[in-house]
Amino acid sequence: MDPLNALIAVSNYVLIPGIAYGSQLALGALGVTLIYGILRFSNFAHGDTMAFGAMVTILVTWWMQGHGIHLGVLPTALLALPFGILGTMALLLATDRVVYRFYREQKAKPVIMVIVSLGVMFIMNGIVRFIIGVDDQQFADGERFIISARDFKAWTGLEEGLSIRTSQGITFIATIVSVALLFWFLNKTRTGKSMRAYSDNEDLALLSGINPERVVMITWLIVAALCTVAGVLYGLDKTFKPFTYFQLLLPIFAAAIVGGLGNPLGAIAGGFVIAFSEVAVTYAWKKVLGYLAPGGWEPEGLVQLISTDYKFAVSFAILLIVLLFKPTGLFKGKSV
Amino acid sequence: MNDTVKNIGLFAIVAALIALVGVQQGWNSALVIMNMGMISAIMAIGVNLQWGFAGLFNVGIMGFVALGGLAAVLVGLPPVKEAWSAGGLGILAGLALGAATIIGAVLVMKRMPRGMVRNLVVTVVLVAGFFIFRAVLDPAVLAVEAVNPALQGNLGGINPGGENYKDFGLIMILAWIFGGVLAAGAAWLIGKTALGLRSDYLAIATLGIAEIIIAVLKNEDWLSRGVKNVVGIPRPVPYEIDLQADPSFVARAASWGFDPVEGSTIYVKLLYFFMFLVVLLLLLWMAQMALKSPWGRMVRAIRDNEVAAEAMGKDVTRRHLQIFVLGSAICGLAGAMMTTVDSQLTPGTYQPLRFTFLIWVMVIVGGSGNNFGAVLGGFLIWYLWVQVEPWGIALMQFVTSGFPEGYWLKDHLMASAAHMRLFTMGLVLLLVLRFSPRGLIPEK
Repeated sequence: MDPLNALIAVSNYVLIPGIAYGSQLALGALGVTLIYGILRFSNFAHGDTMAFGAMVTILVTWWMQGHGIHLGVLPTALLALPFGILGTMALLLATDRVVYRFYREQKAKPVIMVIVSLGVMFIMNGIVRFIIGVDDQQFADGERFIISARDFKAWTGLEEGLSIRTSQGITFIATIVSVALLFWFLNKTRTGKSMRAYSDNEDLALLSGINPERVVMITWLIVAALCTVAGVLYGLDKTFKPFTYFQLLLPIFAAAIVGGLGNPLGAIAGGFVIAFSEVAVTYAWKKVLGYLAPGGWEPEGLVQLISTDYKFAVSFAILLIVLLFKPTGLFKGKSV
Repeated sequence: MNDTVKNIGLFAIVAALIALVGVQQGWNSALVIMNMGMISAIMAIGVNLQWGFAGLFNVGIMGFVALGGLAAVLVGLPPVKEAWSAGGLGILAGLALGAATIIGAVLVMKRMPRGMVRNLVVTVVLVAGFFIFRAVLDPAVLAVEAVNPALQGNLGGINPGGENYKDFGLIMILAWIFGGVLAAGAAWLIGKTALGLRSDYLAIATLGIAEIIIAVLKNEDWLSRGVKNVVGIPRPVPYEIDLQADPSFVARAASWGFDPVEGSTIYVKLLYFFMFLVVLLLLLWMAQMALKSPWGRMVRAIRDNEVAAEAMGKDVTRRHLQIFVLGSAICGLAGAMMTTVDSQLTPGTYQPLRFTFLIWVMVIVGGSGNNFGAVLGGFLIWYLWVQVEPWGIALMQFVTSGFPEGYWLKDHLMASAAHMRLFTMGLVLLLVLRFSPRGLIPEK
């Protein structure tokens, strides 16, 4: 029995990666849920928008690194992030102007908008692959660890090491800042209130003089910022590869739906639910159980419930369970 | 100009485009495009059945296509006897236990009254069943995968030929049917759980299912050798090598003005061409008949107004399930045909952009709700998908012709030219949606 080491092992392999991944999913799901609330369609191009934002940031980061600009212990990407956000904002506003606005004026059915977003997805995917290629890209620099496993062991004298990577710390802080800003904006500012009003009841909002085009524009700007932050954080934490971003679409949508589509608070909760389930179910619990079990009872196998390759199955299973039992999600979502 | 003339004209244009490939790049290339175009058209008929007829938003096509490919392996390969004796029964028992767990949980859900007790019992059944399932399955899987892992390590299929299994190539026709059946079975299971969901949710659910099916094919080595791929799947047509060694064929090819190599490759592709043509025409005829029948009218009525159709006494859920199963079966059939042409199953190559969303582009561009539109879209989009790559490279060569050799931008643009096809597909989809939203051949 060694509960302290077990706790450290759980923190190291489940809690910390889960929090980082959950934050990234939450930021992605917030974007999906905002678009669903205001523009009333599921945006399939979301993953590729994230990839685009991350790509612009990476290009600026490389330029900065080439000119000797850096942030010391922090990754240079943080300095490049605002440029990435501006680039994504420009892309999304242009997309809205050229593509989506036409269908909004037509009052097209939501499902038509979804199919339109499929076309946008193809184009963005093509642009990203065209500019940066399909391979892995490294752009993280600065100090790698906040706490490294070796220092932690030397410091505490425990058998298990705890490591917190800089990218994980930044992810967590950046998510809190973004979410705080978003909620302050939605709840306290006049524009944010008009957005919520528009999301709740379009006709009433129009009657009270809210300009729908302005609401839509601000939504795209916020979504661009969220997408870029989520994309860059995921790229820093793991790696940047355009195809992975496309695949993120599934857990992100699962998170938004589990939380209740159109509900920002739900998107955050959903992100963490999906992330923790995915990490917990695919983690091999042998080590932790080894610390907890009384002598001689240590498990022989890996005690891994399902292999990492089936992580999609986790998002999917949670999605189905929630939808079967609580069709509008954990928090009350809306339906078109 | 009436509609029929316009439609015949559209088909003639696509045929002329493919014929142009034949004249410029050789008839082998044209037949490759034609054969894959027919498979694409069949998939498009399946998607059109679901989306165009019934308005079901299925973005899991890739999964059903891959299941068709799995069927080609399970039928086309001979059984691996050592693997079966090592763990075949264990795997079957494990799978049966897994199925029993799920059926048990569903029964508990249905029979017991709502409440905490029921939830608890369901959880216990699922958790206990899962561990028993893993306990039975895992050792059997290890035993099977240990059998000659470099070449086999899987259970194989049902081909009766043994060593000479490649002589039993005609069994692949059975594999196509089995591909449809397998996909239909999966679709039935999925439909039972997910079809009650609203359109957006159904889309995400099917997207997830397709990824799961691919994950299974990639990781369950005992079934399909996973990422080690299955090669050498038999084929229903003769091999080029055999034809070239056959004096009577060489003489016949010479009388047509072909050398033996070119003649044999074209001959094989032509055989596939006629086989696929029969399947395509049969399915097209069936889909047309279904569309015109009272059943087709009912399905379209449900699509246009679900509430009204339900009020008229139509069983919406049952019709949706029926269509979902039928459409997916067609995709599975096409998937089995595709794996037969390739003679190999490579789970790593199944990508949603290529096998799900491209088919959607075909249906939307061709004209959803119209079978001929779907077929036209299948040929046209497949033609573009193949041809855009050389066009992109030619364009980049033109654009970069002013740059010096070895200049970084030139190298980058040339290397990236291949990605132009995704961009082009998106552009085609958006242009059609904007300027001809009902597709090239609209629904009547």
